[in-house]
Amino acid sequence: MTLRRALIAVPPLLALLAAPAQGDTPGGAQAKNKAVDGAKVYKQICAACHMPNAMGSGGGAIPALAKDRKLADPAYPVNIVMKGKGAMPPMNEMLSPAQVAAVITYVRTNFGNAYPQPVTEADVKRLAK
Amino acid sequence: MDDSTQPSRRQLLGLIGRAGGAAAMYQAMTALGHAAETQFDGPPVLSGAKPGASVVVLGAGLAGMVAAYELEKAGYQVKILEFQDRPGGRNYTLRGGDSFTESDGTVQKVQFAPGNYINPGPWRIPHHHNCLLHYCRKFGVAMEPFIQLNHNGFIHSSEAFGGQPQRYKAVATDFRGHTSELLAKAANAKALDASISAEDKEKLLEALRHWGVLDANMAYSSSIAVSAQRGYDRPPGGGVGGAPTPSQIAKLGDVLDPQVWTAMSFYFNYVMQTTMFQPVGGMDMIGKAFAQQVGKLITYNAKVMKVAQNGKGVTVSYRDVPSGKVNKLSADWCVCTIPLSIISQVEMQVGPKLAAAMKAVPYAGQLKMGLEFKRRFWEEDDNIYGGHSFTDQPIAQLSYPNDRFFSSGPAVLLGAFARDAGAFELTGMTPQERIEAALAQGEIFHPQYRKEFLNGVSVPWSRVPWILGCTSRWSEENRAAHYDNLVAIDGRVVLAGEHASYYGGWMEGSLLSGIDAITRIHQRTQAA
Repeated sequence: MTLRRALIAVPPLLALLAAPAQGDTPGGAQAKNKAVDGAKVYKQICAACHMPNAMGSGGGAIPALAKDRKLADPAYPVNIVMKGKGAMPPMNEMLSPAQVAAVITYVRTNFGNAYPQPVTEADVKRLAK
Repeated sequence: MDDSTQPSRRQLLGLIGRAGGAAAMYQAMTALGHAAETQFDGPPVLSGAKPGASVVVLGAGLAGMVAAYELEKAGYQVKILEFQDRPGGRNYTLRGGDSFTESDGTVQKVQFAPGNYINPGPWRIPHHHNCLLHYCRKFGVAMEPFIQLNHNGFIHSSEAFGGQPQRYKAVATDFRGHTSELLAKAANAKALDASISAEDKEKLLEALRHWGVLDANMAYSSSIAVSAQRGYDRPPGGGVGGAPTPSQIAKLGDVLDPQVWTAMSFYFNYVMQTTMFQPVGGMDMIGKAFAQQVGKLITYNAKVMKVAQNGKGVTVSYRDVPSGKVNKLSADWCVCTIPLSIISQVEMQVGPKLAAAMKAVPYAGQLKMGLEFKRRFWEEDDNIYGGHSFTDQPIAQLSYPNDRFFSSGPAVLLGAFARDAGAFELTGMTPQERIEAALAQGEIFHPQYRKEFLNGVSVPWSRVPWILGCTSRWSEENRAAHYDNLVAIDGRVVLAGEHASYYGGWMEGSLLSGIDAITRIHQRTQAA
């Protein structure tokens, strides 16, 4: 194994911990968000950008989640929430798989969406691989 | 020294670089003590611009304005299109009388007294951000110290010390003391003998004894010597009863709370080390200073709709927001500094690699709040002059004003600098709810909060309409896949801004990126 390969092969978690804090960020440690039900996770995390009515903002720069046919397949929202997309950061460090499952289930059954099949913690773990 | 015969540092390094390559130059720079501070080694030298060559710059933030300033100086025809009605971009300041409109139309009126302000965006400048400091010096922007590390600030964790805030100096001393004692125990129990020579072991124990303020038994215990670092129960006085009494050290379990060591390690970061600076009177003094130079080139209220290009140049379509009229502007080159978080709103005629890179960069969504109080109780009652207090609550930290110490009358402190989940939680609230949350979380540090509070303003970057985010936050993975494509010249278009740098979120990154972009454009025009 060459040195270059060895450097790239650092496990992801370690790489994250070792990443230099180069941005201008607050100091100290943050408590994890502990909300368990989907409505609360939506209000405390998602609503900041997607807005309380799930209509998004910026003329589509932050997309609406209301009446979103793409939510029919749970794999779509699970992958975006866990891995991020475009300017949206990944939430896999911030939220537990259970929280992700709860909030996706909530969005899929609210804001003009009607996909009643719940998304489970196991679904999130399976789909986000 | 005679300037005409002695090579300048820049010339000398250039000479060494040409003769021996980059490695030789780096070694020479290290020997001269100039390496590893910044990649800035003086403003760009763009000589021999072709007459009439033109550049359109999108965005009048620092990246766009430095690009325009240096290009115009070199003889290019330059125009800047800016969406807002002011220069500076994220380099701005809110003062009494200003209003701030969120992306959903919510309006906040800033009610601060004259002279008070908050810097919602950049607010502190490392001493090694030489590019930014070069332009501040050149344009006469007055600077004052930004009090970064304040040993008398607080740290707070809901999981330690019974939820009570502790002074930084006390817990930092305790962390050092307890860990020194443990390491000394391990060394004395021969646990390190396989890793360390007998001589180094003696040196290590001596270091731990002094560094950790350990007692004769190599234990960390409450004493006057320890109090001389962590603070006393009764500090030294004069005359009768002048003797100090020691304070009690905290328990190891509390001291191992992450809030303690993350606060300590925070100040070790290269970009967080003292000395730090802020412009006197507000961060927007920098944007305004640039605008004094290039303001005549800026068209405000111009919403860029489309960037089209062919082999010879670019045509930018933009809407004059007040009138709704769509105009076109053509130039040989385009420097685009529009944040990636909103560039999806612009039809960009670029190749697939750049198009993919523009969609690959996540943005952080931080939030700041300025709270105005009737008096400086943090100075008068708590002996805190500038610097920070950290908490694990959503507000994350308080920062105390670095200017006009000891003055009377209303003053503004930074009541929240929230990130990640905490920032999202506060952003999701109404402005009134955010103030209530900031008061409830901040009064853990300062019980004076409610009595002294006057008014406040919150700036949630995820809801700032012209960016919908705070700063780029490249992952190493995205960086490897897309960074080179993002900064590469695409036909006649090149991107610049903090997102096109390795100094994400810092003004230095914006400036270095802007300078690099125009230097490469200039090289292309020279080669053509």
